[in-house]
Amino acid sequence: MGINTSKNLYTRPKTAILNSNKDKRINCEMEAFMEGRIHSLESFGTVDGPGVRYVVFVQGCPMRCAYCHNPDTWEMNAGTPMSADEIIQNYKRNEAFYTNGGITVTGGEPLMQIDFLIELFGKCKEKGIHTCLDTSGIAFNPDNAPLMEKFDRLMPLTDLVMLDIKHIDPEKHEWLVKQPNKNILKFLAYLDEKKVDTWIRHVVVPGVTDDDTDLYNLGYFIGQFSCVKALDALPYHTMGRVKYEKLGLPYRLDGVEPMNQKDLLVKKEKILDGIKARRAELEK
Amino acid sequence: MRSEWNDFVPGKWDREVNVRDFIQKNYTPYDGDESFLAGPTQNTKDLWNQVLDLQKKEREAGGVLDMDTKVVSTITSHGPGYLDKSKETIVGFQTDKPFKRSLQPYGGIRMAEKACADNGYEVDPEISEFFTTHRKTHNAGCFDAYNPEMRACRTSHIITGLPDAYGRGRIIGDYRRVALYGIDRLIEDKEEQKASTGRVMTDDVIRLREEISEQIVALKMMKTMAASYGCDISKPAANVQEAIQWTYFGYLCSVKEQNGAAMSLGRTSTFLDCYAQRDLKNGTFTEEQIQEFVDHFIMKLRCVKFARTPEYNQIFAGDPVWVTESLVGVCVDGFHMVTKMSFRYLHTLENLGAAPEPNLTVLWSTRLPQAWKKYCAKISITTSSIQYENDDLMRVVHGDDYGIACCVSSMVIGKEMQFFGARANLAKCLLYALNGGIDEKTKKQVGPKYRPVTGDVLDYDDVMEKFSDMIEWQADVYVNTLNIIHYMHDKYCYERAEMALHDRDVKRYFATGVAGLSIVADSLSAIKYAKVEVIRDEDGIITDFKTTGEFPKYGNDDDRVDDIAQMIVHKFMTAIRRHHTYRNGVPTTSILTITSNVTYGKATGNTPDGRRAGQPFAPGANPMHGRDTHGAVASLSSVSKLPFNDAQDGISNTFTIIPGALGKEDKVFAGDIDIDLNK
Repeated sequence: MGINTSKNLYTRPKTAILNSNKDKRINCEMEAFMEGRIHSLESFGTVDGPGVRYVVFVQGCPMRCAYCHNPDTWEMNAGTPMSADEIIQNYKRNEAFYTNGGITVTGGEPLMQIDFLIELFGKCKEKGIHTCLDTSGIAFNPDNAPLMEKFDRLMPLTDLVMLDIKHIDPEKHEWLVKQPNKNILKFLAYLDEKKVDTWIRHVVVPGVTDDDTDLYNLGYFIGQFSCVKALDALPYHTMGRVKYEKLGLPYRLDGVEPMNQKDLLVKKEKILDGIKARRAELEK
Repeated sequence: MRSEWNDFVPGKWDREVNVRDFIQKNYTPYDGDESFLAGPTQNTKDLWNQVLDLQKKEREAGGVLDMDTKVVSTITSHGPGYLDKSKETIVGFQTDKPFKRSLQPYGGIRMAEKACADNGYEVDPEISEFFTTHRKTHNAGCFDAYNPEMRACRTSHIITGLPDAYGRGRIIGDYRRVALYGIDRLIEDKEEQKASTGRVMTDDVIRLREEISEQIVALKMMKTMAASYGCDISKPAANVQEAIQWTYFGYLCSVKEQNGAAMSLGRTSTFLDCYAQRDLKNGTFTEEQIQEFVDHFIMKLRCVKFARTPEYNQIFAGDPVWVTESLVGVCVDGFHMVTKMSFRYLHTLENLGAAPEPNLTVLWSTRLPQAWKKYCAKISITTSSIQYENDDLMRVVHGDDYGIACCVSSMVIGKEMQFFGARANLAKCLLYALNGGIDEKTKKQVGPKYRPVTGDVLDYDDVMEKFSDMIEWQADVYVNTLNIIHYMHDKYCYERAEMALHDRDVKRYFATGVAGLSIVADSLSAIKYAKVEVIRDEDGIITDFKTTGEFPKYGNDDDRVDDIAQMIVHKFMTAIRRHHTYRNGVPTTSILTITSNVTYGKATGNTPDGRRAGQPFAPGANPMHGRDTHGAVASLSSVSKLPFNDAQDGISNTFTIIPGALGKEDKVFAGDIDIDLNK
């Protein structure tokens, strides 16, 4: 099921300009013109990776996370076209601010525009810019060989992946985001194999993603991978709500209270317990 | 060498008045962190509670606790005042008791009367009579010389905040000289200066001789005032407590005689650290004692008060004194100037709690030590009470012994001063350009009767041509008004205490200022890149605009509009430079309306950028609120492109950010998972 869904995403006609099944020759020709579809740019990103970062929000995401605070980035066939060069130029203008940072691509789902991402990160690496990919991992599909070839090209260009695992439980995941988590979890194994530094993000929503067993299981799962360098437990907030009203979309978490910092730390400990347990087992 | 200078490295400073040389030879850079700092003593806590209690009572009394209505304030007019004499290690108030505001009529008797009346007090009729009939004030002098055009500009607010009814401020005495040399040596120096003036009695020489005489009188009065507190400041300070006390006495004298819009302190921390280091080494005082002196000093600075009118408080959004103290920075030889004393100053924000005064300003450089940067960040996060300014930019112009007056005006301590001069309302000037000098609110002909815009759609080149002409006019009337103001201030309200702590020949900056830069930049951008139709009222005056289409907005690092902002600043400064300035002041301008943007907004009609009549301007050089949509760096970049050479009196950017947007709270996120796991 997961495989098909993911594959479908890549053959949807609406995303044709970014799709994967073109042969290499065409791709090479395209590279000169390749543009990403950009939702917005943030010149002072402090919470999306190390240091102060230039953050590129791409347009388009197949996930429908109930708590998403950027539902305006969902629509696939929208956004402002921008070239990798333009983005790097903008970055370069204010490079002094980013000495300990770099560029983060988030969204939307960046991996939906993997060709553009390869181009952008490739150029970043030429210029020594630290690259960070903030992703849900949903676009990963080990059964799609041409796509995997692209992932293989992207990984050496990526200094850091922030993988947002929405839920460890497959059924709850499917309810929460309208997509399965099978390939997302496989993506983490792939990152481990490729030795890409990874931060795990997890949004803690009261009553939705804060079950102690689930949190422990999440920790137990990610604890097996040595690529995992940090855990970023994010508190659910309701600041995105107003956007749903504007877009005329239903808000599925009506009545759910924001997560407070104190409880968040307790919940984070549950995940850490899982990691510790798994690491202790592996050390034996 | 004098005994007070034992253990100090000698140099030019022991033969001439040269504080910078003393600092350079004697200060100890500190690269460590804040762990050495001492908390507040019981006495400090008790005294601060007393101040808090007085503050509370003052608020309950409607903003003023007590006012002097009978005694005109001079350096020696009031006997000593205390919070609790047995507990204070640093002493001195403006009047004979804390929180009692002094009477300062030399700037203008009407302002002094109004300040009293609005707070429920009445100036002694004899004093009113004296300053109306027998002794002219600065304010009266200005209005004697103003021409009708200047008065009209003043009333219509195309030029605003003119310091013609109160003290101009923005002059920083080198208060450290009192500590380093003692008053007797300074008087000797001034006598020599007086003897060194030219023999041909031109206006300039006569004025200089009279001024130096006034300065000497002030120095003598300082000794008398200090003696009333039991301190002999005729001699140099012998330890850090005396050095702080002497320095504060110097400052106190200036605020006893001047109620300027900004009465700043200078750059004292690195200087005072020389004494602290010596005392620590010799075992004279402990760290706890030294911190107590600093806490008590800062506490005194927090108690400086002036009698103001509600209108004044409205312009400045409160009752600020701008006791700005400039901290650290880097020497011209590349060494940083962070000392333990710099830490102690910031630490007062922890020992006494957050406060807007004194305005602790860090002269920031990328080359400051990491531990200091971290401490600054920590205190900024917990108190929001630190101002930062770019030392790497200003050092090039002013060297390494300058200080900030008010919020951004830089000047070399004891060697440079400025004539402060209000602001030109550029947004209103643009509207005058469109309407041929007719005021959009009063419909009166205030500016020159140039050709107004005749079409229905604004044409960029046409508007620019008209705007350029109107800026020339505005600069002309503005500089000439300021010439009168500063002439009269020198004549009737001379800052003898502050100037006594300056060199003989000071460099005078003739500081102008602008308001509404981002509105003009966005308006011109709208005219250039979108379509702006004018809407005229029944008298044919353009009072509104209909703007269709998108246009780039200042604050997004977009050169199309940022170039316009730079061009306006350059154009304005060029127009200012064309004019004769009083006492050959070096013209500068500032973009720094930190607090008065609300008042300026009220005085200005609809503008082509879409801002509605009466809406506030953005503060200083800020982009208009909500128009910077690409994040902080892009917003700051637009501001940083403004040419410092054309705005040397300072460019300010008021920047507010919620803590969460500055990064993760450290407990919620740790970048290294091993830290979490090893807990």
